[in-house]
Amino acid sequence: MPAGSNTQRPLEVTPAQVQAWLEAVADPEIPVLSIADLGILRDVLCRDGELVVVITPTYSGCPAMHAIEQAIGAELRRHGVEHFHVHTRLAPAWSSDWITAAGRRKLLDYGIAPPAQSASGRREPPDGEPRVACPRCGSAQTTRISEFGSTACKAFYRCGDCLEPFDYFKCI
Amino acid sequence: MNRQQALFEYLLRLGDNALILGQRLTEWIGHAPALEEEMGSANIALDLIGQARGWLAYAGTVEGAGRDEDDLAFQRDVMNFRNVLLVEQPNGHYGDTIARQYLFDAFHYPLLTALSACTDQSIAGIAAKASKEAAYHRRRSAEWVIRLGDGTAESHAKLQQSFDTLWPYTGELFALDEVDHTLRRTGVAADLTAVRREWHEHVTRTLAGATLVPPQEGWMQSGGKQGRHSEQLGYVLAEMQFLPRAYRDARW
Ligand SMILES: [Zn+2]
Repeated sequence: MPAGSNTQRPLEVTPAQVQAWLEAVADPEIPVLSIADLGILRDVLCRDGELVVVITPTYSGCPAMHAIEQAIGAELRRHGVEHFHVHTRLAPAWSSDWITAAGRRKLLDYGIAPPAQSASGRREPPDGEPRVACPRCGSAQTTRISEFGSTACKAFYRCGDCLEPFDYFKCI
Repeated sequence: MNRQQALFEYLLRLGDNALILGQRLTEWIGHAPALEEEMGSANIALDLIGQARGWLAYAGTVEGAGRDEDDLAFQRDVMNFRNVLLVEQPNGHYGDTIARQYLFDAFHYPLLTALSACTDQSIAGIAAKASKEAAYHRRRSAEWVIRLGDGTAESHAKLQQSFDTLWPYTGELFALDEVDHTLRRTGVAADLTAVRREWHEHVTRTLAGATLVPPQEGWMQSGGKQGRHSEQLGYVLAEMQFLPRAYRDARW
């Protein structure tokens, strides 16, 4: 829980302003995406004169969460906000559906296939394999090499046409 | 046993299962048979240890004695751990690890799904998050069971042996005691009979797909949930707890 100094002073910034600043904070593992693109940044509010930033982790053991909290703290301090609290909210659980349209486009440009299907629209556990298009050439002839890629949120695929391996951002 | 004590015990069981299996999986780092499997093991371990953190942090709050998740993970002795015996079993060869993982995942996923509807909002929140991860774990381990079981004659024979050896540890997953009875009354504990039904159905289907024979039902090991462990757990804790115990104030 990073907190600034204890000096109680009235909030001079609006939550909307803070939200705009934090939308620029990059995800430490996929730096082309911001925490807003990923849907990790859930809310900015003012409670009893204190600024509260609400974030939701993508995975229970996501090692980036600590770095994200620190990055949020650094960004706020850069704008002169010293008194704040970063709150981690677990429920509702993060869903890959929360990745914004801009976020999905940035993932694709970066060479990562965005989540293929809607997690919330599916009742069954993901026992079936989603169809994933190659982010380089768009081919649908792809095979999954491993359920887990470079991080927990990604699986590892290979394209049968351009033969390049690529990461797929899993649908959860 | 009052409700608070039962809840503390229940949370330790959930947390310790995830923590000990996660710790076991980290033993593969640097040794896994393929790079993809090394990443898979490490990522599943990360999910499980993250889940353990959620359960144990809440256990500390419920206990109200000022212990946090690190205190509970690193400062408890063997007899105070409440994980099932299955998860502390050694990694063995990769087939043993896969069989252990699958038998646990097939239990973990329906358990977490049931707990997502728990009347306790903290439990429901952690479980809803964790069940999404457990769905992937089960899919991966079931695929490996089929690949190895329906693979070469040698991989088939080895995996059948793995299941035969681990089977006596599966009864404990569904055994009810006072903790469950106390919490069932208030709708907190999951209905393990329903969890068992789904487990049995999934395991039967997967073993059939893997051309493996379901082991004979027989005498089942138990005791882990009450703190009576095999000698295996001591070795796991010795490695996991050494640093924070030797250097009490060590910080990253
Ligand atoms: Zn391609």
